[in-house]
Amino acid sequence: MALINPKKREVQVKIVYYGPGRGGKTTNLEYINRKFKKRILNEMVTVKTYGDRTLFFDFLPFDIGEIKGHSIKIQLYTVPGQVKYNATRRLVLRGVDGIVFVADSMDLRREMNIRSLQNLKENLESFNKNIFNIPLVMQYNKRDLSDEGIPILSVETLEKDLNSRLKAPCFSASAIRGDNVAATMKKVIALTVTSLRKKLE
Amino acid sequence: MEFTIDFTKEQIESIEEILQKELIDMGVQSVILMDLAGNVIVNLDSGETDHDVFSLAALAAGNYGAVSAMANIIGEQEFSLLFHKGEEESIHFSKVADDLLLLTIFNKNVSLGFLRLKVAEAVKRIKNVI
Ligand SMILES: Nc1nc2c(ncn2[C@@H]2O[C@H](COP(=O)(O)OP(=O)(O)O)[C@@H](O)[C@H]2O)c(=O)[nH]1
Ligand SMILES: [Mg+2]
Repeated sequence: MALINPKKREVQVKIVYYGPGRGGKTTNLEYINRKFKKRILNEMVTVKTYGDRTLFFDFLPFDIGEIKGHSIKIQLYTVPGQVKYNATRRLVLRGVDGIVFVADSMDLRREMNIRSLQNLKENLESFNKNIFNIPLVMQYNKRDLSDEGIPILSVETLEKDLNSRLKAPCFSASAIRGDNVAATMKKVIALTVTSLRKKLE
Repeated sequence: MEFTIDFTKEQIESIEEILQKELIDMGVQSVILMDLAGNVIVNLDSGETDHDVFSLAALAAGNYGAVSAMANIIGEQEFSLLFHKGEEESIHFSKVADDLLLLTIFNKNVSLGFLRLKVAEAVKRIKNVI
């Protein structure tokens, strides 16, 4: 639920990076934070546990300029991927406008990707939202691992496992190198903001 | 995209006036009216502070949600006092409506009792506007 402030002519849009633990969600935001430093007025906020895992969320506010005379503030969040943190994942999803699903391309993570997507669907349902109706982008992350000889899932397999029914736009990416991190973000913002335009007429 | 809480310009101006009069003029440093998604609806300050309100709102939404979930686990609807006290500055949370939270940041020149009174008054008046 994007929030429009008619007085300040400002819109706040919430985009959440979802996916299995250690898939690269935080790494996406860290890259964006470095790459677009000029547009980011405040520090990235992260709530971590001991040992560098996301406990609650990461948060990165990001200005993308104006649409129809309104300044657009994009708020990027990640959720904690670990299974035991579902309660906090649900809190972060509250009021979400657009989602990036960061899947881990490693062979070993195949089941975890599928389970995390199922968990996303269920959590959205608890807010009466349908995964088929929300702006969603798929990111197949860690493609660089194949260069190191680590077995990864083919894009076809990932598409079949995760995206055969959703048919969301998808990107092969390497968050650690920054490959397609910006493209993923731009796509989800574009999808999310399209529905805003009408509202701002 | 859905827009659950939409405020008109007039509503925002009324809320600002209430918060200014009831809280900022009474010595409170900064107030944020926000929703539980972490969006900032109204933010006013006394001019002495320059906090990162968007990050504060994101963290406050998560914190409030976590505390409410704890309340439910021990069989409470909600906790009536949500308050973090610092050496210099303190933060007070108050629920305004189902999805709305009022965050107040104040220093030791303002007593908690007085603050709670003023917050209650402001919340009552805001409810008449929304
Ligand atoms: N090889 C490789 N490692 C990655 C990539 N993205 C993230 N990682 C690593 O995977 C681990 C987990 O990443 P993190 O962003 O914390 O995952 P999160 O739990 O989804 O937030 C870290 O050690 C990252 O350095 C990538 O594209 N390629
Ligand atoms: Mg993380």
